[in-house]
Amino acid sequence: MSQKNRLSGGLLNRAKPLNFTFDGASYQGYEGDTLASALLANGVRLMGRSFKYHRPRGPISSGSEEPNAIVELRTGARQEPNTRATIAELFEGLSAKSQNHVGSLKFDFLAINDRLSSFFAAGFYYKTFMWPKAFWEKLYEPMIRRAAGLGSLSMQDDPDHYDKGFLHCDLLVIGAGPAGLAAALTAGRSGARVILADEDFTPGGRLNAETFTLGDASGADWARAAIAELTSLPNVRILTRTVVIGAFDHGIYGALERVSDHIATPASGKPRQILWRIYSQRAVLAAGATERPIAFKNNDRPGVMLAGAMRAYANRWAATPGQTVAVFTNNDDGLRTASDLLAKGVKVAAVIDSRADGPAFTGAEHLRGAVVTDAKGRLGLSSIKVKLASGETRQIATEALGVSGGWNPNVHLTCHQRGLPVWNAELAAFVPGTLPVGMVVAGAANGQLSTAGALASGAAAAGQALEGLGLTVKSADLPQAEDAPIRVTPLWYVPHKGRAWLDQQNDVTVKDVKLAHQEGFRSVEHLKRYTTMGMATDQGKTSNISGLAVMAEMTGKSIPETGTTIYRPPYTPVPIAAFAGRSAGADFRPKRLTPSHKWAAEQGAVFVEVGMWMRAQWLPKAGETHWRQSVDREVLATRGSVGICDVTTLGKIDVQGPDAAEFLNRIYCNPFGKLPVGKVRYGLMLREDGMAMDDGTTARLAEDHFVTTTTTANAVGVYRHMEFCRQCLWPDLDVQIISTTEAWAQFSVAGPNARNLLQKIVDPEHDISNEAFPYMGCGEITVCGGFRARLFRISFSGELAYEIAVPTRYGDGLVRAMMEAGREFNAVVYGTEALGVMRIEKGHAAGNELNGTTSALNLGMGGMVNKKKDSIGSTLSEREGMNQAEALNLVGFQPVDPSKSLLGGMHFINQGAEANARNDQGYMTSVAFSPSLGHSIGLGYLKNGAARKGETLRAVNPLAGEEVMVKVVSAHFVDPEGERLRG
Amino acid sequence: MIINHPLLGPRDSQEFVYLGDASLIDRPDWQAEGAVDAFYEYLYQRENPAGLHQELWFHEQGDRSWLVVTRNTLTHEITKVELARDVARSRGRSK
Amino acid sequence: MADHRLKPITQLGGDTPRKDSFPGLTISERTDTALASLSARQGKPAQFQATAKAFFGFDLPGAGRVATGGVYTAIWTGQDQWFIEAPFASHEDIAPILKKGFGDTASITEQTDGWGGFDLQGQGCITTLEILCNLDLGKMAADSASRTVIEHLGCILICRETGQHYTVYGGRSSAASLHHALVTAARSAL
Repeated sequence: MSQKNRLSGGLLNRAKPLNFTFDGASYQGYEGDTLASALLANGVRLMGRSFKYHRPRGPISSGSEEPNAIVELRTGARQEPNTRATIAELFEGLSAKSQNHVGSLKFDFLAINDRLSSFFAAGFYYKTFMWPKAFWEKLYEPMIRRAAGLGSLSMQDDPDHYDKGFLHCDLLVIGAGPAGLAAALTAGRSGARVILADEDFTPGGRLNAETFTLGDASGADWARAAIAELTSLPNVRILTRTVVIGAFDHGIYGALERVSDHIATPASGKPRQILWRIYSQRAVLAAGATERPIAFKNNDRPGVMLAGAMRAYANRWAATPGQTVAVFTNNDDGLRTASDLLAKGVKVAAVIDSRADGPAFTGAEHLRGAVVTDAKGRLGLSSIKVKLASGETRQIATEALGVSGGWNPNVHLTCHQRGLPVWNAELAAFVPGTLPVGMVVAGAANGQLSTAGALASGAAAAGQALEGLGLTVKSADLPQAEDAPIRVTPLWYVPHKGRAWLDQQNDVTVKDVKLAHQEGFRSVEHLKRYTTMGMATDQGKTSNISGLAVMAEMTGKSIPETGTTIYRPPYTPVPIAAFAGRSAGADFRPKRLTPSHKWAAEQGAVFVEVGMWMRAQWLPKAGETHWRQSVDREVLATRGSVGICDVTTLGKIDVQGPDAAEFLNRIYCNPFGKLPVGKVRYGLMLREDGMAMDDGTTARLAEDHFVTTTTTANAVGVYRHMEFCRQCLWPDLDVQIISTTEAWAQFSVAGPNARNLLQKIVDPEHDISNEAFPYMGCGEITVCGGFRARLFRISFSGELAYEIAVPTRYGDGLVRAMMEAGREFNAVVYGTEALGVMRIEKGHAAGNELNGTTSALNLGMGGMVNKKKDSIGSTLSEREGMNQAEALNLVGFQPVDPSKSLLGGMHFINQGAEANARNDQGYMTSVAFSPSLGHSIGLGYLKNGAARKGETLRAVNPLAGEEVMVKVVSAHFVDPEGERLRG
Repeated sequence: MIINHPLLGPRDSQEFVYLGDASLIDRPDWQAEGAVDAFYEYLYQRENPAGLHQELWFHEQGDRSWLVVTRNTLTHEITKVELARDVARSRGRSK
Repeated sequence: MADHRLKPITQLGGDTPRKDSFPGLTISERTDTALASLSARQGKPAQFQATAKAFFGFDLPGAGRVATGGVYTAIWTGQDQWFIEAPFASHEDIAPILKKGFGDTASITEQTDGWGGFDLQGQGCITTLEILCNLDLGKMAADSASRTVIEHLGCILICRETGQHYTVYGGRSSAASLHHALVTAARSAL
């Protein structure tokens, strides 16, 4: 098919023809076309099927408000459903498909829904699919899911990447139509930092779609010159293909830049889209206005479109939806469509003006006081039925109809902070009311619908914004432009028995609104939910106001009394990928690597994510096929000789100053004042409510210098808490804190040969014998011939153990040196799994036990809460409820039958009692297979557990119907007297 | 939201961690009569004003200052931002 | 004993610093800087300031600022807190060196290996950084610094020369992720 509906002129580059396909058929358009304009030029009006009734539909608009022409673009992994043909820029090789039909676009099997429409009226889901109840999950929902939704997904990963970015400006100008350009020129010339964002690929807004002149230039030429000037200004940044999606607090705006949507594939490394966060001092909203249709029977026929869109297609894109067109209007602006199409040589069959007193129109038959009552032509408009002022009806043959019901200012962004728009009777439309702080509205968005009005208000808005910033305004010299009023006489729908479509995207008719009213859904928010009017990709941009006008008529209230639904971001749809930005797939979040990571990876370590950290979970040796083999070996080798584990991930906070000891006294429930220099002490940190918050060891390196450790998971929270205590509670304590977690590579060296190994590493001048460096000792030493290190004699495994730290860059060298030195002891490196097994064997509490609901008493550390000093949590630890005899105590469990395994989360029930919540005796927090004992062991909280050792209980998992008999034992399974760690 | 940091100027609230009512500065005296009740009030009882609210924000991705931000909970307007340490001292907190 | 000399590795795990080039930008791994935090203790501000002036030869910078003189650069990082940079070769023991100079007027903590730094140089700096962090780079003057978030990571961004030279310090453990973010952004933006 040749471009039979292509006109002359337009803003197209005819030197650059572009080939594309739609539903497999090949077409040609030009650079500058949208998919919709190129299809119209090729005589294609039918572009999709409607959501519910599968009615044939064509474009009604030429912009982002489009409800109907929703298509799938591209193929393969880049296939993108639900894109608007009206803003999809044509490129060479574009492949587009219509969607939402079974069978072909012209013969859709699901169009049967249209014949059954009486069953599918508003609320049909709620009414139809209620009974029988069981059918919902098995039949109705799958069926609805299959039939619902528009496009389809490729089911492949998106090969493109998306960016996020941050921009700052004095003035953000939203929209590059006449008002936005006037604002940007004013601000740009005044030297302000300006960002001008426009969703179109050619800035200019309606200037590109109209035949008006500005001064001596055409609108498009004036816009091009304005953009050229703005481009030359270093203080102005122009973002085309960028839609501002939301107005957030304090001048923050979101904007989506479609960087590569208009080309087949993004250039190498370049993003498909960028989501910008724009920090503005002020903003001028110049988002224009959206034309609204007038509903009448079958007004959804392909070929019926908004009059302004018809004009835009003709003027900007040199395309017409038909060789013969007609216009139906209730205002003067609609008449422009007729005259512009006439000027392009298109036959205008009739101009139907609902106003009896409208201005005279020459050039085509002018039917004043008439309305369109019906449209014929299932797959494309063939004729309209017109009811004349006399009451007679007439059939008029036409391929297209331009409809204008007036213009609605695009107030959306003014309402994102719950501002309400106000009714303007003259325009019969809502205009901005209360504005977000820092926003000024100009042009059609503010109800100034003439070009002169837009230019003047744009310049004035920029001036007002800049004066607010204390900047001197250089006034822009504005050209002469048309200043005609629109003169609208409201007409929302033409009453008729048939279905008149309000929201074409959601297939909501005038009748549906009336039904909603009849059934009591009368508030606009209820109306929206009940009928789905205003939902989906277009968010009712062409339908909401008309819908609520119908509701207002039903309720007998005025339109402003009826009000609008709340406008929320985003203004137009944003792909989830853009919100994710670069944080997708393997880059979902950053990774933190331990100092021994490189070495561990060489050993074939299996890594586990612990927060952002990647830690070695176990390090399999050749021949080990199951993780338990590796873990058991690591545990036994450590307890039998020596094992090394990277413990860098524990938080380390440097605490210094004359009041450092006093500070620690207050943040830990146990005292630190008398801790000698060169010693380490375990500390339990409570929250103010008396619950355990964190624990760790603190080493005193000097009188006024401590290094305190936190659990890996709580490092950030504990530091924040310490800053709170320091700044907000005791501002005059002379203490300074800073994180030093990553500065030191720290390894645990544990097992009977730990000292023997370290003696080969530690420089000989440092005596680390048991006498010179006893349990809980610490000190600054040197290793490997003069390298600075810190040594702490602490044990998490229960073995003779040390933690040794060197500056991180030497950590890789240190683990290699220690493994070399440990060869004679068959030293192993153990991972987090073996670490966990050994701490459970030793009965040490960890995150599972310090789970936010447990107190010092529960943990068996009630005696640590020192009552002679003030510390966070000590006072509220005294509350009655936290000191009951029946309190949970941390104890150990082992299965009566040693072949049974245990499960974390099991609940304890007394023998003979029913397994229910009333009889709950506590729960298992941590379990492991103990290679040292040869059976499973567990830690858990048991009511009055300290006094129940030796009892046999049921450990149950009601979810899976599992049950194990367990014996209550001491939590210290291995070396309960703690002799090994002192050896 | 933008928080106008007393030392650093306007900063995106995304850089901050919110704690809650700035009355958390007024930690009771542990040795006073009825300390348990006082701590209970301190920890659990909060005003929930529709309007101006003094609250604690921590500039975690900034200079690690705790700030007292006076914010209108209805409009998000921020009318005052102070260093929490200064506020604490002005409320008589010391060592 | 002394046969186990410890070989250092860079934050990216290499033997030598890495350098990546893009049109208008180079990103170089910074490995030759020693770092320590310097925090003023309470009650002796005058003595502390005087000590600093005598020690560094310049006044410590105010909020958001950076000052340089001789081998030292001081970066304001918080109330009464600065990060001090010095050449690693001569100042590997930066913490004891500062401690000796400041005595009990300050608390000093070694930070050298707490951070992994990258230098961004060339006219592509701002275009790259504006898709990474929310700072107003256009207004960021030379010798200013700020903490900021880059790809979920807390970083310190230092402007050495407006539009031309910046240093990003991020936690050393996440240096590979930070480097990946910088390189990906540069490829995207330039």
